[in-house]
Amino acid sequence: MAESTDKVLQVELVAADRLVWSGQATMVIARTTEGDVGILPNHAPLLSSIIEGVVDVQTVDGETWIAAVDAGFLSVADNRVSILSERAEMSHEIDLEKARQDLERAKTSGENDDAAEEAVRRAEARIRAAERAS
Amino acid sequence: MALSVREYRARIKSTESMKKITRAMELIAASRIIKAQQRAQAAAPYARELTRAVSAVATFSNVDHALTVEPENPRKAAVLIVTSDRGLAGAYSSSVLKEAERLVEKLKGEGKDVDLYTSGRKGEAYFKFRQRRVVQAWTGFSDQPTYDVAAEIGATLIATFLAEEGDDEVAAVDEVHVVYTRFRSMLLQEPTAVRLLPLEVVEGTEPPEEGDLLPLYEFEPSPSDVLDSLLPRYVQSRIFFALLQAAASELAARQKAMKAATDNADELIKKYKRIANQARQAGITQEISEIVGGVNALADAQAGSE
Repeated sequence: MAESTDKVLQVELVAADRLVWSGQATMVIARTTEGDVGILPNHAPLLSSIIEGVVDVQTVDGETWIAAVDAGFLSVADNRVSILSERAEMSHEIDLEKARQDLERAKTSGENDDAAEEAVRRAEARIRAAERAS
Repeated sequence: MALSVREYRARIKSTESMKKITRAMELIAASRIIKAQQRAQAAAPYARELTRAVSAVATFSNVDHALTVEPENPRKAAVLIVTSDRGLAGAYSSSVLKEAERLVEKLKGEGKDVDLYTSGRKGEAYFKFRQRRVVQAWTGFSDQPTYDVAAEIGATLIATFLAEEGDDEVAAVDEVHVVYTRFRSMLLQEPTAVRLLPLEVVEGTEPPEEGDLLPLYEFEPSPSDVLDSLLPRYVQSRIFFALLQAAASELAARQKAMKAATDNADELIKKYKRIANQARQAGITQEISEIVGGVNALADAQAGSE
C-alpha cells in the first residue's frame, strides 16, 4: 500500500445541530450494526448504519480522538468519511460523573424495551469514550 | 384634547418607558437572530450529508420504502403549522396562519380531510379560539428549537403517515404538509408550504453531471435496512430545518416590529411634548393676562374713588 501513504481520510463527525469534529485522519473505527469497522484510506465506498458506540479517529499527527455517538450513519467515499449521528460528543466534552449517573438511571428504570436498551447503550458508550480518553 | 400640563407629562413619561421596553426587545431580537442564523448554519452539514446519503441509496437501489410510496387515493392530510410562542412580532404568526388556511382550503378542495398539528402557542390559540380541533400541539421552544423537539415531531408525523386506516391509537393520514416561514433575509421572510410525506424523489440535489456520478456504495447491512433508518432521520432533519428557519424568521419579524414601535413611540413623544408646551404656554399667557387685568381693574377702581 505504498501509494496510500500519501492519502489521508477527510473526516467529518456531524451531529444534528452542529459539526462536532472535522479534520484529516489515517484511520477511523466505528461500530456498525454488524460489528466494529475500521476505515483506512482508499476504502471502498460504504454506507452503513452505526449504533450507539464509540468512534475512534487517528489523526495524521498521531493523535487519537474519541467520540461517543448515537445511532446514525457512516458514509465513506473518495477518502471522505462522514459520520452522522443525531447526538455526538467528543470525549473531552463528556462529564464522566454525569454519564455514570445516567447509566445508573437507565439501568434502574426497569423498563425493558428498545428505548431503555438504547439509553443504556448510549450511556455506556459515553462512559467508555470518557474513560479511554482520560 | 384640552388636558392639563401635568397629564401630558404623565403621558410622555409612560410613552417613554414603553419606548424603552420596545427598544430593549428590538436589541434582544437583533442579538438572538445572529445566534439563530448560526444554529441554522451549524445544522447545514448534517442536512447536506443526509441528503447525499439518501440520494446515494435512492440511486443505487430500487428499494421502495413506505415513506416514499405515493398513496393511490389520498383522502386525509396532516398539516404541521410552525408558529411562534410569543406575540409582538408583527404579522409573523398571522401570515403563516393565513398561508396554512390557504393550504387547508386547497386540500379540502381536493377532497381531503385535514388534521392539524401546530408548533408554537400562537397557532394553538388561533385554532382553539375558532374551536377547531388540533390533533397535537408542541409549544415552548419557538425561538430556539432543539433537535430533540424536531425528532419528536418527526416521529409523531411519521407514525401517523405509516399508520393504517382504522388504527385506534393514531389518526392515519396519506400525506403530511409543513407550513413554516422561510428566512430569506433580515427584511424578507415568506410563509412557505411544502409537502413532507410521501417523500418526493430526493430534492435539493442537482442531477449528477457527466462523469460526476456517485460512487458505487456498499450497503451494510443491506440497502433496505439503511434506507429504513435513513429516511425517518431525513424527515426529522427537514422538520428541524423548518423549525430553525421559523425561529430566525420570528426573531427578524420581532426586531422589525419592535423597531417600528420604537419609532412610533418617538413620534408620539414629540407630539405630546409640543402639545404640553403649548398648554404650558397657554397657562402662562392666561396668568399674565389675569394679573394685567387685575392690575388694570385695581387702577380703574382707585381712579374712580379719587
